[in-house]
Formats: sequence, C-alpha cells, structure tokens
Amino acid sequence: MSTKEAAPRPSTWHRTSRWIRNHLVVAYGLAALFYLFLPIAVVFAFSFNKPAGRQNSTWNQFSLDAWRNICFDPSMCTAVGLSLRIALIATTIATLLGTLIAFALVRHRFRGRALTNLLIFLPMATPEVVLGSSLLALFLNAGLPLGPVTITIAHIMFCISFVVVTVKARLQGMDPRLEEAAGDLYANERQTFRYVTLPLVAPGIAAAALLSFSLSFDDYIITNFNSGSTLTFPMYIWGAALRGIPPQVNVVGSIMFFGSLAIVLVAQLAGRARRKA
Amino acid sequence: MATAGRIEDLHIVRVTKSFGAFTAVDDLTLTIPGGSFFALLGPSGCGKTTTLRMVAGLEEPTAGQILLGDRDITTSRPYQRSINTVFQSYALFPHLDVFENVAFGLRRRGVKGDDVTKQVTSVLELVELASLARRKPGQLSGGQQQRVAVARALVNRPDVLLLDEPLGALDLKLRRQMQIELKRIQSEVGTTFIHVTHDQEEAMTMADTIAVMNAGVIEQMGAPAEMYDLPKTAFVANFLGQSNLVQGQITGQEGDLLVVRVPGGDVRVPVSRSADTTGSLVVGVRPEKLRVANGNEANVNRVRGRVLDVSFIGVSTQYTLETPWDPERPVTCFEQNDEGAPDVKPGDTLELVWEYAYTFGLDGDEDLEAGTQFLGESSTDDEDE
Ligand SMILES: Nc1ncnc2c1ncn2[C@@H]1O[C@H](COP(=O)(O)OP(=O)(O)OP(=O)(O)O)[C@@H](O)[C@H]1O
Ligand SMILES: [Mg+2]
Repeated sequence: MSTKEAAPRPSTWHRTSRWIRNHLVVAYGLAALFYLFLPIAVVFAFSFNKPAGRQNSTWNQFSLDAWRNICFDPSMCTAVGLSLRIALIATTIATLLGTLIAFALVRHRFRGRALTNLLIFLPMATPEVVLGSSLLALFLNAGLPLGPVTITIAHIMFCISFVVVTVKARLQGMDPRLEEAAGDLYANERQTFRYVTLPLVAPGIAAAALLSFSLSFDDYIITNFNSGSTLTFPMYIWGAALRGIPPQVNVVGSIMFFGSLAIVLVAQLAGRARRKA
Repeated sequence: MATAGRIEDLHIVRVTKSFGAFTAVDDLTLTIPGGSFFALLGPSGCGKTTTLRMVAGLEEPTAGQILLGDRDITTSRPYQRSINTVFQSYALFPHLDVFENVAFGLRRRGVKGDDVTKQVTSVLELVELASLARRKPGQLSGGQQQRVAVARALVNRPDVLLLDEPLGALDLKLRRQMQIELKRIQSEVGTTFIHVTHDQEEAMTMADTIAVMNAGVIEQMGAPAEMYDLPKTAFVANFLGQSNLVQGQITGQEGDLLVVRVPGGDVRVPVSRSADTTGSLVVGVRPEKLRVANGNEANVNRVRGRVLDVSFIGVSTQYTLETPWDPERPVTCFEQNDEGAPDVKPGDTLELVWEYAYTFGLDGDEDLEAGTQFLGESSTDDEDE
C-alpha cells in the first residue's frame, strides 16, 4: 500500500534528473555546433541581403540579386577561378610529391633521412610572413616574374609539409606484416601496393589532399608576397573589405561550404553502399 | 601447387640468419619430408619464427640454402613460392572482409568468379566461419581471427603450409578442436605442415615428426614417442616432458649393459641407449618409469632417498625425494595408484626402482639444468606474444 502511494513522487524527481543527465551531453554538443556554425549561418543569411550602403553588415532587405548575378564584379569571379585553379594544381602536385616523400621516409633507410625529416617540418614551424618574404627574395633573385606560377610554387612548398606529416602518420600506423602477408599470398610488389598498401593509406592521402586544398585556397599572407599584380580570392576580399564587401562574396562562401558538405555526404553514402554490396 | 603428384621434401641446408652481431638461427640443417606434419618446438626466442620467415621468403638467410624438392628457392620472392603462412599475429587485411581476406590468394593467382566463391565458401565451412563471411577482421574475436588466418592460407592448397603458433589465442576446448581439425585437414589435403609451437603436448599429439629447437639450433628430431623415450640431450630430456638426471662415471660393461657409478650406488644403462661407453655419463630416467620398491625386484636400478613431498593427484601420486644423487635436485616419481592410496609421509625413507631398459645415457658434458627454466612455459601459457 505505502509503496504504491510513495512511488510516484521519487520517480518524478528521478525522471527529471535522469532526463537532465541524459541530455546534458546533447545540450553541450548542440551549443558547440551552434557556436561553430553561427558565423556560417550569418554568411549564408547575408548572401540574401540587399545592402543599404556599401557595407553588407546590417540587414536591409531580402533579395536574390547576389545569387542571380554572382559575377556582378567580373574581377571577383576571375579571382575565384584563379584561386580554384591554383589550389587544384598545388594540391595535386603537393599530394603526389608529399606521399612519395612520406613513403621514402617511412620505408627506406637512407643518408640524410633525419635531416629530411627536420626540413619537412620547417615550413610548418616558420611564420608565414618569414616564409613569404624569403620566397619573394628567392623569386626576385631567380628572375622569375611574379604571378600565378610563383603563387603555385609557393603553395606547393608549404602544402607538401602537411601532406608528408599526414601520410607519414598513416603509414607508420600500418602493420608491416600486412604487406608481407600479401606477398605470401601471391601478390607481387605492384599488386601488394595496389590491393593492400594503397587502400590502407588512402584515407590519409585523401585527408592530406583536402587539407592542402583548403590551405592553398585561403592562403593570404604568403600569396600576397608572391603574387605581383595577380589577384586571388582571399586577396580580392581583403581589397574589397576596404570598399565594402559585396554580397556576392557571401554567395561564393556559401557555395563553397555547401559544395564541400555535398562532397562529404556523397563520399559517405558511396562508402556505405559499397559496404552493403 | 599441391594438386597432382607427390609433395616435395623441403630441405633447409646449413642456414644461418644473423641480425647484426646476434645469430638467431645457427647453421641449421633440416629435411622435412613432403606431406608430413612437422612440429618445430622450442622456447620463446629460439628462432622458430625466423626459420619460418626464411622458408616463406620474408627473410633472406645470411648463409645457406633452402630447397623445395630440387629447386633452390633461397632467393625467390615470397609470391613465387607455393608456400603459405599463418602468421603469429594473424596479419589479416583490416580493409577486407573475411571472404575477401580468404579470397586474396586465389584472386592473385587468377582464379575467377564462381571458383573463388566455391573454394572460399568450402574452406570457411571447414573452419566454421561461413556465417561471418561479411564481417571485417576488427569485428571478430581473437579465436575467429585465427581461424580466418588458417583459412586464408589453406585455401591456396600450397605445397607447404607454415603455421606460427596458430592456436595460441584459443581457449583449451577450441584449441583441442582445432588441433584435431588441422590434423584432419592435413591428412586430407596432403600438404606439408610445419607447425611452430611451444606447447609440447600440442606438438606431440599432432606431429609425425618433432624437432626441438634451442638457441638457434635443432637439438633433436624424430617421432614424438621416440624422442620422449630416448632424448639425446639434457635440453630435450627436460623440455619435452620431465626427467631425473644424474652425473655418473662409467666403470665397466656387463653384456649389453653399462655400469655407471653415481652417488649412492651403481646404475645400469643399455649400451644401445647410451651416448658413450667410457668416461663420464649423464644418466636419466622419466619420472613415470620409477616406482616404489616392494623388496622383490631383481635386475632393476635403485635410488634411495628422503621424501620431501607427496602429492596425490588421483590417478597417480607424485613423490619428490632428496637423494644422494644431488641434494639440490630432487628426484621426482609419478607412481600409478593401482593399489590404492599410499601410506607415505614426508620425512620417510623410500626406495625407488626402475627397469634398466628405461634408462638413458647422455653425453657427460651435458648441463643437467638445460631446458628446465622453460618448464611451465612449455605447456600452458597463452599470454606470451
Ligand atoms: N628483425 C630482427 N632484428 C633483430 N633481432 C631479431 C629480429 N627478428 C628476430 N630477432 C631475434 O631473433 C631471436 C629469434 O626470434 P624468433 O622470432 O625467431 O623467436 P621465436 O622462436 O619465434 O620465439 P616466440 O616463441 O617467442 O615467437 C630473438 O632473440 C629475437 O629477438
Ligand atoms: Mg615466434
């Protein structure tokens, strides 16, 4: 009898406290996500703004103008295109070279290996201002005209370091016996690489490529030293900030964000489908 | 491939493997008959894995040759040898599921479509993993992974299958089951199995031939019963089962028996079971060959001593005696309890006897302690590695 009457009260209290305990982590998580995505949301929202003055910083009126007419300022679209091209080339070359260096560093004992390890690390540790100005001095002395070529060379240089570090970590974490097992199971060196080494290192290479791409795409400091009169997208924004950033910049930012989100989603779905098949 | 015709013998000829100044395998010569179940038994670090790796082609010998039949395979690449390995650490491909792991060797050899499915399925059924074919190795228990490793090697029907402690991670029941299974598979496919283990019981129950390895060299090789009955070195006497050993001096010969003076009296050793006929000799006998004297025996060896410990184990009773042989090294006796529980207490004096024919004689320079430090390790440990 007494248990029947007494039961509801503690259970209500318990239920509430349990609810709080169970949902605290979720609440924290949501708060963190909110904090991370708020700026992006603002960027996205303001791409639909029709700024009253020059600055696109106070909400005025909803409009699709910026989306309908992205290349309102043709120099912006040129800058975006150039940045994309440079990022693609730099990523491709840096990923290729960096992956090869990582394999050499992990798999082979050669003279100067320790030194190479150190040198690879240097560009990451050096302040970008120093890196940019040294490169400028180098290009000037070499008589290379500043422009897209020098920018790309500079980007490849600092991206390589990140690629090497990322791929190396992945390689070092791999059990060397797996490759031996492949050899034992009639795979020659090429097949071992194709069916065992590459699939196991691929996530590292992909991560390195993504990292390179974003590092190259948004680099401002080093680029600024070595661009001559060329304009990349970050430099365009920097310049526009003085005059007032047009909402088209927000459009480009939003497209970049949703584009990469779509790529990640597609990759995930493809992976899941392959696992199911 | 092991499909038609005779399986060829594997010859390891004067093979040495050094890592810097350290010699892991020292001038090893070994012939493993085609189609046999061969066990390589030895304590941890004695060079078993290194030997297998050289046979598989994963390590190149510092000196010597390896031949399959009359083909020299010393320097051929691993994928050029019809030899497969079950690795001590499994080495399953983490990015491939169980089916693809097993199919790996078949696909590399150009087997196609339905044939792959058929062969993989049948070998997975053999190791009772057919239902887990689509799992990744990371989703399997240690024992299941081990069985995948066995299946992955076996599906290729190689001339020689190398098994590096393949049953180490299994519990006792599954281990016994897999031992029987492996033995059955071996007689079915006729492949030469080289099975590395430091479980002497496993080696003795499974293998046609055992080689006991110690510190990079083969101490002795032969059929299990033969090796147990007549060990040739103190290491084998102590490592493969247990032995009572005593240092003695040969004083004469009576027909086909040698008379050996040991502390506390003479013992007799058949000439055919002795390593030497003059000078010093290490005399040995297995504990279960000893029995408590009842006063009526004639023509037996004897040893008297003070009982240190009596432990009753049901089917037998184990006595430990301090004897004049060597007070530091007690004599052990496993007496069958066929006449009921004995009435012996620690401190009693007891006389033990055994037949001349069970005695063996080892070289007088043998170290009586060799191999004893691995007792206990040799039979039951799973945690090592
Ligand atoms: N790559 C190597 N470099 C240096 N020493 C090595 C190397 N591989 C093995 N050794 C040494 O060679 C000896 C034999 O090693 P091995 O792996 O053959 O032992 P094992 O008999 O298989 O032992 P376990 O039963 O513990 O597996 C060991 O002392 C080991 O330390
Ligand atoms: Mg080993």
